[in-house]
Amino acid sequence: MGHMNYVASAEFTPDKTMILNMGPQHPSTHGVLRLLLEIDGERVVRMVPDIGFLHTGIEKTCEAKFYQQVVPLTDRIDYLCPMINNLTYCLAVEKLLQLEIPAKAQWTRVMLSELTRIASHLVWLGTHALDMGAMTAFLYCFREREEILRIFENVAGQRMMTSYFRIGGLALEPPLDFYDRVRKFATIFPERVDEYEGLLTSNPIWKERTIGVAHLSADDGIALGVTGPSLRGSGVDFDLRRDMPYTGYENFKFNVPVRTEGDVYARYLVRVAELRESIGIVKQALDSLPEGPVKADAPKVVLPDREKMKTQMEALIYHFKIVTEGFAVPAGEVYQAVESPRGEMGYYVVSDGTAKPLRVHMRSPSYANLQALEKMCIGKLLADVVAAIGSIDIVLGEIDR
Amino acid sequence: MAATSHPQVITDVEALRAYPALEALLAWKPEAVQSAKLDRGELSVYIDRSYIREACSVIKAKFNFLADVTCADFHPTEPRFHLAYHLLSHELKQRVRLKVAVAGDDPVVESVFPVWPSANFFERELYDLLGIRFLGHPNLRRILMPEDWEGHPLRKDYPVEGYR
Repeated sequence: MGHMNYVASAEFTPDKTMILNMGPQHPSTHGVLRLLLEIDGERVVRMVPDIGFLHTGIEKTCEAKFYQQVVPLTDRIDYLCPMINNLTYCLAVEKLLQLEIPAKAQWTRVMLSELTRIASHLVWLGTHALDMGAMTAFLYCFREREEILRIFENVAGQRMMTSYFRIGGLALEPPLDFYDRVRKFATIFPERVDEYEGLLTSNPIWKERTIGVAHLSADDGIALGVTGPSLRGSGVDFDLRRDMPYTGYENFKFNVPVRTEGDVYARYLVRVAELRESIGIVKQALDSLPEGPVKADAPKVVLPDREKMKTQMEALIYHFKIVTEGFAVPAGEVYQAVESPRGEMGYYVVSDGTAKPLRVHMRSPSYANLQALEKMCIGKLLADVVAAIGSIDIVLGEIDR
Repeated sequence: MAATSHPQVITDVEALRAYPALEALLAWKPEAVQSAKLDRGELSVYIDRSYIREACSVIKAKFNFLADVTCADFHPTEPRFHLAYHLLSHELKQRVRLKVAVAGDDPVVESVFPVWPSANFFERELYDLLGIRFLGHPNLRRILMPEDWEGHPLRKDYPVEGYR
């Protein structure tokens, strides 16, 4: 983090170019990203991203917590898709423990992950359009996002920091009206996507601002570590949900939208198509929802039901043990990656056989995707920088951690 | 424990030879491969520190994507730092983890930036938080902490609440 310095440390030519400081309070940087731009008239000559303003040392904090206490920290990494972060961490620890998760928990996890993806994409679409001057789309997107947040509140008790997925399954059985609410949302949502598309997809101003802007080739994307919709917009047909399935994604049928143009418009089309695919997955999960428990049968890892604690001695003992001294995880290391709305979200968890992780590292997609921003903007117009930032959909919380 | 079984670990290099990542490395330079381990379905290959950049450029033909570079601090045991390079093959849909063990008094590794430019931020983060230096990195400066910060917070001998 170079916020102590007012100019970039490298030399520049003062008679021809000027240094422009963008952020960290600029509304179009989607958080606290600071960009040092060297501009020659309207052209960007050089760009230095400056990050770290939100660094809270979450990785260090994880090492001082029990395994189950890390789950709420994962919410706060990427505050736009908390459930997917919970999921990745839980899957990593479950892999270390070699835990088997019941089918109903897996299906509900898939359903909520896809709702999270929709909520995250809606924030992206709304703010991205707002950056480019289209105010209406923002209001439409936040209307549906609000409904998803109400569903989250209904199921997890929290709108944003849900911590609903726990090691070994779900925190609680979903409430009775949960699946009905999700179904209601899934029925109305496709027409709402038509409304967003009606505002933007063939809007001449939108197309003028996005087509051919901030181009990224597939080779550059792979070399710079870009993942997710940003890479699929450049023609790389790879989605972890389909290609390396986890938590039961192999049981669902969906398309992976890919565009080959590699510009802002292509990334927009990929994400909007993903909205439709995600709601399709939610519907499939509702239709084929298995019956059964929502927690694994592992009394030393999963907290017992409150009812059992009042009647069974062992349940009370296990509860006391888990809360006071955690549970030991066999030594080893795993890397678990899932497809987050922004790309490959990976958790590298190292256990030394105790109740606290030796190391939790989060491979956040925004952190890697940000490296491609320079490639997209050099030699282009200053006004297109805003479009480029919006199109890679960064969340500074997960960049700085 | 009811649902947990002890994970099966294979450490015999010959038994793991069929894995494309290990096959490519052994065909290139067997002495670069220190050991290999299949644990919970994930393949880890320990590479000699002096060969890591070459190993990456050899394996890049199949494992085209560098997903992550990270490191765990095993202080006070030596070698203290265990770097992990998580590689992904879009074609084979497989992952492999290349590992390099580095001693605490000499935490220097060759940068893989010339092979994958994406290593830029990952290596800067490791330099910032764990104090590992990467030879050949074009811009090895702090990235998350302030530039005048002292110490490397993710090291195990750095207290969680910091120095006050």
